[in-house]
Amino acid sequence: MSANVNTSLPLEYQSGQSRMNILGFWIFLGAEIALFATLFGVYAVLSGRYAGGPTHQDIIMIREVMIQTILLLTSSFTCGLAIFEMRRGNKNELIMWLVITLLLGAGFLYMEINEFIHYVHIGASMQTSAFLSSLFVLLGTHGAHVTFGIGWAILVIIQLIKRGLTSVTARKVFIIGLYWHFLDVVWIFIFTFVYLKGLVL
Amino acid sequence: MKSTRFVVLIIALIPMIFLTGCETNMVVFEPQGPVARTITDLINWSLAWMLLVVVVVFSLFGYIVWKYRERPDNMDYEPPEEHGSTVLEIIWTAIPILIVIALTIPTVQALYDLEEVPEGYEDKEPITIHVTAADWKWIFSYPEQGIETVNYANIPEDTPIHFKLTSASTMQSFWIPALGGQKYAMAKMETEMYLVADNPGSYVGKNSNFNGRGYAGMEFEVLAQTHEDFNQWITDVKETAPELTEEEYEELLKPTHLGRLTYANTHLEWVDHANMHSKTYTNPELYRYHGYQGKTFEEEDNYRNKETNLEHNGHHSDEDDEHEGHGGEHDGH
Amino acid sequence: MGIKWDEFFITGDPLILGAQISIALTMIGIVFGLTYLKKWNWLWTEWITTVDHKRIGIMYIISAVLMFFRGGVDGLLMKAQTSRPEMEFLSSQHYNEIFTTHGVIMILFMAMPFLIGLMNVVVPLQIGARDVAFPQLNALSFWLFFSGAMLFNISFVIGGSPDAGWTSYFPLAGKEFSPSIANNYYAIALQIAGIGTLMTGINFIVTILKMRTKGMTLMRMPMFTWTTLITSVIIIAAFPIFTVALALMTFDRLFGTHFFTVSGGGMDMLWANLFWLWGHPEVYIVALPAFGIFSEVIATFSRKSLFGYKSMVYAIVGIALLSMLVWVHHFYTMGSGPAVNSFFSITTMLIAVPTGIKMFNWLFTMRKGRIKMTTAMLWSLAFVPCFTIGGVTGVMLAMGAADYQYHNTLFLVAHFHYVLIPGVVFAVFAGLYYWWPKMFGHLLNEKLGKWHFWLFVIGFNVTFMPMFFLGLSGAARRTYTFSAESGFAPLFLLSAMGSIVLAAGFAVFCYNIYWSLRYADRNISSDPWDARTLEWATATPVQHYNFAKLPEVKSLDAFWFMKKNNEGLTLKDSEIEEIHMPSNSGQPFIMCVLFGISGFFLVFEWSIAAAVAALGIFAGLIYRSFDYNDGYHIPVDEVRETELSWRNKKGEAHKHVS
Ligand code: HEM
Ligand SMILES: [Cu+2]
Repeated sequence: MSANVNTSLPLEYQSGQSRMNILGFWIFLGAEIALFATLFGVYAVLSGRYAGGPTHQDIIMIREVMIQTILLLTSSFTCGLAIFEMRRGNKNELIMWLVITLLLGAGFLYMEINEFIHYVHIGASMQTSAFLSSLFVLLGTHGAHVTFGIGWAILVIIQLIKRGLTSVTARKVFIIGLYWHFLDVVWIFIFTFVYLKGLVL
Repeated sequence: MKSTRFVVLIIALIPMIFLTGCETNMVVFEPQGPVARTITDLINWSLAWMLLVVVVVFSLFGYIVWKYRERPDNMDYEPPEEHGSTVLEIIWTAIPILIVIALTIPTVQALYDLEEVPEGYEDKEPITIHVTAADWKWIFSYPEQGIETVNYANIPEDTPIHFKLTSASTMQSFWIPALGGQKYAMAKMETEMYLVADNPGSYVGKNSNFNGRGYAGMEFEVLAQTHEDFNQWITDVKETAPELTEEEYEELLKPTHLGRLTYANTHLEWVDHANMHSKTYTNPELYRYHGYQGKTFEEEDNYRNKETNLEHNGHHSDEDDEHEGHGGEHDGH
Repeated sequence: MGIKWDEFFITGDPLILGAQISIALTMIGIVFGLTYLKKWNWLWTEWITTVDHKRIGIMYIISAVLMFFRGGVDGLLMKAQTSRPEMEFLSSQHYNEIFTTHGVIMILFMAMPFLIGLMNVVVPLQIGARDVAFPQLNALSFWLFFSGAMLFNISFVIGGSPDAGWTSYFPLAGKEFSPSIANNYYAIALQIAGIGTLMTGINFIVTILKMRTKGMTLMRMPMFTWTTLITSVIIIAAFPIFTVALALMTFDRLFGTHFFTVSGGGMDMLWANLFWLWGHPEVYIVALPAFGIFSEVIATFSRKSLFGYKSMVYAIVGIALLSMLVWVHHFYTMGSGPAVNSFFSITTMLIAVPTGIKMFNWLFTMRKGRIKMTTAMLWSLAFVPCFTIGGVTGVMLAMGAADYQYHNTLFLVAHFHYVLIPGVVFAVFAGLYYWWPKMFGHLLNEKLGKWHFWLFVIGFNVTFMPMFFLGLSGAARRTYTFSAESGFAPLFLLSAMGSIVLAAGFAVFCYNIYWSLRYADRNISSDPWDARTLEWATATPVQHYNFAKLPEVKSLDAFWFMKKNNEGLTLKDSEIEEIHMPSNSGQPFIMCVLFGISGFFLVFEWSIAAAVAALGIFAGLIYRSFDYNDGYHIPVDEVRETELSWRNKKGEAHKHVS
């Protein structure tokens, strides 16, 4: 447990505990991959089972989905900028980019919630068919992750303001960054396998 | 040492238990038809190899433990440093692989054989029986003969019977151990298998897949008859048995135990539970009997919603509508 | 909310009434006892808030023993019910509940926590570390497991026990056929415990990868550490699948979705696939650490290093990979076609190859050794023949076409008990007898241990051997009774008698714990077995910082060579430094309570109340995010004093010099 500090590394990697936390988080992301892979598998199996209810083409709103995608992809980029500024030691720029990232994420969430409300309005709820159950749960799990990420990042921003850029806060920001990029990658898969595939087939 | 002698004793006891076991008749080793015989042959083949493995491991074990046990006179023996032996390790990797190969070949062969009409019966006209499992009874429909039975099935000897299995409720496993292995019966899909009985006789059939409170009672009788007797039975049924109505059928599907029933028509006239788009015959209210009751859900496709039209109007109907393919629905998962 | 109080408590069954009364009395007794002895504070500061991996391990083990008792009573009740034909001891409903809770409790709340408990106690010591990577997370893992276990266990007095089998196959487990809330317990309690297990997996991977002491390369790690590492990897790969499956089950049951239902296009076999995609690896999650325990015990008591260490490592990696590719063997009879069944028959049989390698390596470890028949070693010896029977019957079941006759019969039940009892239960007993002094500073009584061993092993064989033959005679599993005409009666009776012997063995085990805690000799050396690995290179029982000076490793079986070469056993005064340790925290326990409450409400489908309780969980997470407690330092003097108290004793290899 001794400090085990190595100052030649980037700030977030300097303490032994931080290195362990980051490795632990990577492993956690491995578990998250297994989780989303399962959800994708479930969706793949059930996506043709409409049970007389609406199909992909009946419900998908491609324009909104495009905007969601752009929002989330941009947020991943700004999140990268935040880490870049962190490496350069600019706390204020770091916070600024983090806030922008969160705003973009919130915009994404807002649109996604609207999308869900729209689905339910046109009679495509989670209870309608196996296809819709799997669709809602896949999208919903991703959305819940984004929500959770936003809440968590706010906590980290507060700590940044209170404590400044230390090896602990830097590690927290870095881990949030990993998480955020991961959610972006998941979204790319959702976009491809749910929306694009749904439109084409 | 005393304890080691105990080990030897125990090992000696195991075959004794084995022998007592042989006294009860092990139906799996007394096949009454070609399908069951295929499986028994495979089991016997595997038993021989497994016995070999057991003998080798047990003797090695007995020898090593006996020879190298700590005794008062070898307390100053210091075991050598030893890290392994490539030759030995290759041997005990290679031999099991060979055994696995020896088991794989007949297994794959049998797996393919069991899907077909058994060898030697290809040119006999098979009889089709639709089996519908429900809580907690078995319904047998003979579409060609136009009759239906509950909890028993008569079949002609020496004739391939083509069983088409489905379920009106939970999942069951259809099993007549004397005639062959089992297969699941699942709602809204169809599985199938062929069985043949060599000789006239009565065989026990049962559900082996747990499906709730009445599971233990889900047995049925399969009576193999000579062709004359079978045809006579069909004629008798057609003359004497009542007709099954839709209302009666719905009553029949409720979770109950029933004795034997016989009808001079089949329920396939109005519903085939194997069809993916057939109505759902569930009755959650009838399963409330224990503990704290939770909410249940109204389903549109339930049979009690007489007015809803389930005809599929989506874009993907072509491939889904014919239910022939549903037995293979699961391929690859 | 409209609580139906008349359905809340399960009533009407004298057995359950008896249990309710005894639970109430025990609770009152515990509360009274703790108050009377003024032990509340001790319980809170020393145990509930602890983040010490050894104490967490002990709490895991205590819980597991209790759960073994509960699961064992379930087993005995089942054996009593089937001891005679047409017996009317349990109703079919009650029997169904009992085999369901038996299966779930034995696997998830007995085998897993028992092994995780031993991992917790031993692995940081074996790699020469002072704790796990994330001590507080470790405590949280334990408390989540505990929360899930308690939630699951109250089901039989409040609301109703799950009754759809430990596999909870749909559609039976859905609302269409099980409208009572009983199966919600399954979905939610296992979810909570599963989160804890997942975090344990992460924790141990990081611990093993990052916290090994100087010189301990991967290929010098003790075998138990290796199996823990690989097990943790399997946990990471497999548990998320179960998380998803349970979540979908919860949605189906609580919110009317259609994943596995008969209506609305759901697919029941999807559940079976997801369940076994997790369920089969789960078998190896419990088997691999057990193999690790046997490896340690056999090497120690043969006084030889493990034969074929490298091939042992490759074998566990191979088993881990294959374990992900065999799940379909649980439903060959689903009709997925001969090609699919052939593929899975082959992958399943292939698992026999690495398992065989391990078996022969163990045998050859003993060859040329000097085998000391301690109780721990006896368990490991009995494992070899018993597990071989489980293994060969496993190969027989693996052959798809033959499985059409064994599937869902007592042959299968006999097989998996022959795998799980020698493979897991014998192992945890071996581990417990072996490592007990590390935890408590005294041995378990060897004489009672031998009684425990013989009764248990004989009872086990007599209980389960007849089941093979019952299965081949056509007895299906999970049937609560059978007819006199079936001819099953003699073997069922024999099996029931065996289970009494088995239970007697377990009783001796409990008595042994009691006896040893009270009377066993405390004056033992730190290395009572003349062992080989680093957990013995420190005090017995282990001081809370584990090592005053982290040991340095030069080879496999590091401690053995330290003793042989007389290296690294002596602690110089000048080497003592301040030691940094993590602080205790009450937060994991509070999270346990919050998860329990929230889960309980969710079980009863009171979603709003559950959501309110879940806010508490979020508050806990927020609190944790702002928690910058960095632990504390143990002063040099205290370390010196502790070390002096055990080093330099007579017969002690470890010395302290100033
Ligand atoms: C201690 C002695 C034990 C006894 C007497 C015992 C007995 C039984 C019996 C009678 C059954 C049900 C057979 C049936 O009707 O289908 C059963 C099922 C089962 N047992 Fe055990 N068992 C014991 C230990 C264990 C252990 C140690 C484990 C696991 C580590 C275990 C895991 C299971 C499982 C998973 C099932 C299947 C439950 C189900 O069908 O859903 N048992 N056991
Ligand atoms: Cu398996």
